[in-house]
Amino acid sequence: MEEKNIYQPYLMRVAAIIDETPDVKTFRLEFINEEEGKNFKFMAGQFGEYSVFGEGESTFCIASSPTREGYIECTFRKMGRVTKALASREIGDTIGFRGPYGNTFPIDQWKGKSLLFVTGGIALPPLRCVIWNALDLRDNFKDITIVYGARSVNDLVYKHELEEWGKRGDVKLITTVDPGGETKEWKGEVGFVPTVLEKAAPSSADTIALLCGPPIMIKLTMPVLTKLGFSPDNIFTTLENRMKCGIGKCGRCNVGKYFVCKDGPVFTFAQVNQLPPEY
Amino acid sequence: MTDKKIMKKGSLDELIKKLKSGGKRVFAPVEKGGKILFEEVDSASAMAADYVQTTLSAKDVILPRCEEMMRFTTGQGTVSMEKAPDMPPPAVVIGVRPCDARSLAVVNAVYLKDYSDALYKSKIDNTTIIGISCAKCDEYCFCTSVNGNPGDTEGSDILLTEVDGGNYLAEIITEKGKALADSAPELFTAAGGEDKAKHLADVKVQFDVRAVTAKLPGMFDGEVWITQSLRCIGCGTCSYVCPACTCFDIQDETDGNRGVRLRCWDSCGFGIFTLHTSGHNPREVQSQRWRQRIMHKFSYQPDQLQVTGCVGCGRCSRACPVDMNILQHIKEIEAQ
Repeated sequence: MEEKNIYQPYLMRVAAIIDETPDVKTFRLEFINEEEGKNFKFMAGQFGEYSVFGEGESTFCIASSPTREGYIECTFRKMGRVTKALASREIGDTIGFRGPYGNTFPIDQWKGKSLLFVTGGIALPPLRCVIWNALDLRDNFKDITIVYGARSVNDLVYKHELEEWGKRGDVKLITTVDPGGETKEWKGEVGFVPTVLEKAAPSSADTIALLCGPPIMIKLTMPVLTKLGFSPDNIFTTLENRMKCGIGKCGRCNVGKYFVCKDGPVFTFAQVNQLPPEY
Repeated sequence: MTDKKIMKKGSLDELIKKLKSGGKRVFAPVEKGGKILFEEVDSASAMAADYVQTTLSAKDVILPRCEEMMRFTTGQGTVSMEKAPDMPPPAVVIGVRPCDARSLAVVNAVYLKDYSDALYKSKIDNTTIIGISCAKCDEYCFCTSVNGNPGDTEGSDILLTEVDGGNYLAEIITEKGKALADSAPELFTAAGGEDKAKHLADVKVQFDVRAVTAKLPGMFDGEVWITQSLRCIGCGTCSYVCPACTCFDIQDETDGNRGVRLRCWDSCGFGIFTLHTSGHNPREVQSQRWRQRIMHKFSYQPDQLQVTGCVGCGRCSRACPVDMNILQHIKEIEAQ
């Protein structure tokens, strides 16, 4: 008779903290209840509600890959009340997590295809999940290309992983920073993501593009992808709207009749093009 | 099938006392400070005598405006969850208008479909609704335009209609209603051929809701949202008086190291409702929020949940401080 409280978070232990930039952190979280951890399953693209008890909940994607079991990771920028409180947690502290919520990238349907990731700033985390998922199943895919940009060298997240991807022979990584954001040691490109992408001109043949970034980057990158021959149904993104419940009840994240939390967050641009501009 | 009985109006007091002595909480419309509100009552004499519509619906019996979702204690980096408070005793709500009873279908669709919300479910399962048909209406009422009627039984467990001779015609609609009637069999006698229809208010149909729902998807970019909402001050009153509004916020409150996570009513009329942390707001002006209110109720919910999110109770129009009138606005949309 007693039903589960769907708002009850899992209690998670902060197992590792990485300072990505001065205001962006990555947490590795482990389930305090091992049984819950064993039963927990998610897929690339899904998100959750992370909470500091007494401060509230905040919505971010699960930034780690489902192929890495036993933990989840999230990457967030210190912005509001909850993320500031989260950022002050230390290793060993307890926080809350509910999820996984939302739909997923149809990565199983992409077997045998090439993948092109185009992303900027703090929009890499939702794609990092897919990148590692694909790299852990590397034989399932042809070329994997990552174009990632940030305002400055300092603003690049996952610096160690960028280094690792750059060294791999089976990944083509192009990193770029906005003009003026480079340092003397910077070996990557200097320029905005759309320009760098156009110059790199990756093939669209049998390729799925995944595009996540700030609205202005998306707006300027779409024409480039179109020029490269990508059709809107082969370009995937995630929409981000303010959420509270994560499960289609609290009523605020909708774009037209679709809830980003329940019907998304993963959409193709063929779908996005049909949506009213409420994101 | 609905079982029809007769209950004397004077027996309502006995019924309330019997329910109370059985451990139930009984809510009924009470006049308070010029408003008609649902409050716990001990006797029928406490009930408001004459009104068209209660100022607020009985929604907060099942969906409190601020509700504890969990409680916790925090330590140095640690958290322990505390036992949830005990469920309150079962509730019986007497005097719910048929429009409000129908609004339960909307609230149920939001809270019970897909992820079934146990907090809500425990309350709705624990609540019996005794509706009272409307003998009167006012210029704000439009239940018949949104598929309801002043004697509609949907959502009520028992529906009372005042008929001749100081009697209620009691329609026993659900198992819950039957259980309640069976608990006080001495108060109910067999019904004859009472003509319910002649005791109901005459609420004229004023628009074709199916036509409105069919036309809204094509009106997203219309000017009408701007013209209609020019005077909207974004106060959210319409949401707070609406029996079918379900949107909520989640907030933590603390007292020292103890805290609660609360679910509180919220409104799409507020700018902060959709405001991103970055400062970006997908619905940054009031006309977009007004459009959301109408679209959600008359287009998205019919499409996604097969319910119309408006029951025609008229409260938002009665309560609006700047006199926005949803009935006029929907008629205007229909005429576009």
